Amino acid sequence: MRKEVPLIITFLAGFFFIADYFIPHTGFSNIAADVNGWAIIVLAFSYILGVGNVLRINAQRIAKKEKDWVLKVILVLCLFFMLGIGIFGGIAEGSIFDWFFVNTYTPMQATMFALLAFFIASAAFRAFRVRTTQAALLAITAVLVMIGRVPIGETIWKSFPDFTEWIMGVPQLAGKRAILIGAALGAISTGLKVITGLERTYMGQD
Amino acid sequence: MRKFFEFINKLDRRVIFIFVALAIIIPLLRPLNIKFTVTEPVQGFYDAIEKVPQGSKVLFSCDYEPGSRPELFPMTVAALEQMLRRNLKVIALSLWPAGPPIVEEALSDVAEKQFKSKYGVDYVNLGFKEGREVVMVSMGSSIPTTFPQDFRGTKVSEIPIMQGVSNFSDVKLIVNISGGYPGTKEWVQQVQARYNIGLVSGCTAVSAPEYYPYYQSGQLRGLLGGMKGAAEYEMLVGRTGLGRKGMDAQSMAHLIIFLFIVLGNLAYFSLKKKKT
Repeated sequence: MRKEVPLIITFLAGFFFIADYFIPHTGFSNIAADVNGWAIIVLAFSYILGVGNVLRINAQRIAKKEKDWVLKVILVLCLFFMLGIGIFGGIAEGSIFDWFFVNTYTPMQATMFALLAFFIASAAFRAFRVRTTQAALLAITAVLVMIGRVPIGETIWKSFPDFTEWIMGVPQLAGKRAILIGAALGAISTGLKVITGLERTYMGQD
Repeated sequence: MRKFFEFINKLDRRVIFIFVALAIIIPLLRPLNIKFTVTEPVQGFYDAIEKVPQGSKVLFSCDYEPGSRPELFPMTVAALEQMLRRNLKVIALSLWPAGPPIVEEALSDVAEKQFKSKYGVDYVNLGFKEGREVVMVSMGSSIPTTFPQDFRGTKVSEIPIMQGVSNFSDVKLIVNISGGYPGTKEWVQQVQARYNIGLVSGCTAVSAPEYYPYYQSGQLRGLLGGMKGAAEYEMLVGRTGLGRKGMDAQSMAHLIIFLFIVLGNLAYFSLKKKKT
């Protein structure tokens, strides 16, 4: 029954939500709405699992005094600090949590993403070497879009933005749509395999 | 010349970092005011909000965190300004955990200070709810059940703007500012396709190419892509915001990267020719 019960639950839940999409009956929709509510509650518990996992992994590394274990102590302390001030002091505007969010978390996260600009510049310098025809096409298109999507492009050539929009709206769109359709067909196939029990990797089996 | 190209080929990336930093800092300190025009997807975003009847309710989903703030916050405040100027009632929410404080900041700057709008009557921040697509589908059944309290802890049933709001049929448009997953793609797949409601999107420049198929098919009525999209939109709304201010810096940075790519290829071909 250890294998059969999860398979039955998966089949019923999957089939139920497929049916919900096509059945307009209010009664059926109300049941689906209730089940959606349960799903939201279960998903919220994943944060507790996440915190538990972070603590478990870092506690082991701190206990063994692995490399950079001091940083892991700081991580755990910051985790409990923000949890504590959020739970006991609230998260509204003007709270201590809000102050730390605005003055530490926001600038740190913005800085991490800002660093990407420099690494992308360095990567573009090294990666966009025209070694083959395909590499040439990639480099030329990338340069055209890069210049056309900023005001300097329009200063260089008045129709540059329109040309860039054509690249985005025709060849790029065609390729992207093909990928989207392919991915959607793959998702349908995988979903049906999971619902019918043909795909069981989610249960931790081979 | 050969020595120069050999130097370029082995260029320390810190030199590139310095040039990119200067290209960004100098225009921010001394603006160049490079002119630009509005593109069609941005015009579509603006027109979609302009067509919503005055006094209607609009769902404003700000699905991003501080990492995407430079690109998305300018469009957030510009969209709020356009919506409040048209006397639209804004129901804001976020599907990202760190989104609500950013929404609160935008609402405070624009709704409270600029338009003197009243919280709970003209706008509301429902906060964050975990569940991603499940939350979207759940809102299709009942928004008050999905968000029983707002971000400030007030029961949604006691908030005037939420009276008569049951599900998506009670809002005229969804304005989505998206930094990734969950975001615009999920709103299109789970909500727009199923409930046939108007949807416009503002997104990061790196995500914009992915949403062009949805814009072309009409599933998205408008699309703002990155800081350029924000700058064009600010121009339409009549606002001099961070989007427009950042355009000079972005222009120069892109130009510098382009010059380095050209230099790199010149060095590569020159040295390759000499080897053969």
